[in-house]
Amino acid sequence: MLRETGLTKIRASGVTKRFAIEPKGEVLAVAGVDFEVRENEFLAIVGPSGCGKSTFLYMVGGFLDVSEGEILVNGKPVRGPGPDRGIVFQHFALFPWLTAKRNILYGLEERQTPPAERERIAEELIQLMGLSGFEHAYPKQLSGGMKQRVAIARTLAFDPEVLLMDEPFGALDAQTRAMMQAELLRIWNQRKKTVLFVTHDVHEAVCLAERVVIMTARPGRIKAAVDTSDVHAWDGTAFRESRELVQKVNQIWDLLREEVAAAQRVVEAGKLRDG
Amino acid sequence: MDRASAAVVKYSPLLLVVVAWEMAVRLRIVSPSFLPEFSAVAVALWNLTVSLALPQHIGISLYRQAIGFALAVLCGVALGVGMARIRALELALRPVVTLVYPVPVVALFPLLALVLKLGDQLQISIILLGTILPVIITSFNAARGVDHYLIWSALNMGTSPRRVLWKIVIPAALPEILSGIRITLALSFVLMVASEQLGAVGGIGAFTLSAGENGYYAGMFAGVLTVAVMGFVADRLHLGLIQRLLRWKEDL
Repeated sequence: MLRETGLTKIRASGVTKRFAIEPKGEVLAVAGVDFEVRENEFLAIVGPSGCGKSTFLYMVGGFLDVSEGEILVNGKPVRGPGPDRGIVFQHFALFPWLTAKRNILYGLEERQTPPAERERIAEELIQLMGLSGFEHAYPKQLSGGMKQRVAIARTLAFDPEVLLMDEPFGALDAQTRAMMQAELLRIWNQRKKTVLFVTHDVHEAVCLAERVVIMTARPGRIKAAVDTSDVHAWDGTAFRESRELVQKVNQIWDLLREEVAAAQRVVEAGKLRDG
Repeated sequence: MDRASAAVVKYSPLLLVVVAWEMAVRLRIVSPSFLPEFSAVAVALWNLTVSLALPQHIGISLYRQAIGFALAVLCGVALGVGMARIRALELALRPVVTLVYPVPVVALFPLLALVLKLGDQLQISIILLGTILPVIITSFNAARGVDHYLIWSALNMGTSPRRVLWKIVIPAALPEILSGIRITLALSFVLMVASEQLGAVGGIGAFTLSAGENGYYAGMFAGVLTVAVMGFVADRLHLGLIQRLLRWKEDL
């Protein structure tokens, strides 16, 4: 299922992020990340918690500045958020004062898309994401799965070329998560998009992505990349466990294990220190 | 619990207080020279209403309260949200706010009277000064606490950083701001009465004071009850506004 994936969509070179911590100190979150995402590729980043994978994603999104290095999208350096990159957060970040439909329309209104066009796009996405009947519900009235559908629809509405997903299904129960993973693959197959998908769930990464990048414990670096394009976990109706899938999951876990242990040690040390 | 029994539970303590009040005075547990019977206060309330004395005082007081409090809300929200968004404004105003907050504004009455002269502007200023600081602090905290993922989402969808204030920060901070204003609203009535008792022509506070000084205790208590009802009605109106504006809110 390899696509036309010749062109480089995102190129990160030497990307480093330091956070200042009061009063006088800093924490190195991401240390010299280099990699490329090809056009229309589905790439997953896995790593232990606190490894800087979300931080990296926020830098690609332009929400955080890089301390060193450079991120190029379509060959142009990232300078702040832009409509070419759409982001979906773990906790949805829907505007609670707007109904589902108004959330989906938000980006189109901000970009002053003509009303008729807005309406058409919103209706299409409401259909695509199975949100019919919930258009006028406020986020508080929606389940976690439905909220994430609205959040994805809201991002698809302005048709970004790159989809940045920050553990988007992490807050959902197992069954809803499986449904949403299938939906995401369906959308990715329907609409060409480059997807950068951050998760700590190795199985999810192998099922969805064509390539899985493994990050080290903080400060996050790239440890390895594993090609998972031959797994084909999704057979069109369900995710099937296969020998390839298990092999890839095991292979990635072998790479990840010591990083998770290292991250745990950092957490434990922190607990000891903070008493 | 059905509506009727809820109403009984809700209002029976109030009724109990009224009955206890009436009985305490009639049984001479409390001397009527300190506390008139509730029924006498009710009669005074009726007479003062019919003679239009009370409605006039209510009108004068409400005028002062409404202008002072509205100014406090408008300026307080603007300053508080501004401080949360503009670093220089925060730096400049934070020490002033922290220092002035504990100052009892009523204690400034002589100074304010000297500067502003007697008149409605004096009461308005005291209500304004006494309520603006809590409004600033609530608005600051509310705007500061806005989930940054909401702001990032808006930036991602093409909202300019300047517009984020109107599109995201204000609506997201509104619930906290409105509940802060609700608490300050009660304070505005306290300040209204206190400032009128310190020196004013007309108004419920001035009326209550002079009724007390002239030994017209039934009238004095009628005035106090009137303030309680005014505060109650204002609170209900504000609650109605909250429920209208925040239909989308999770726990409303």
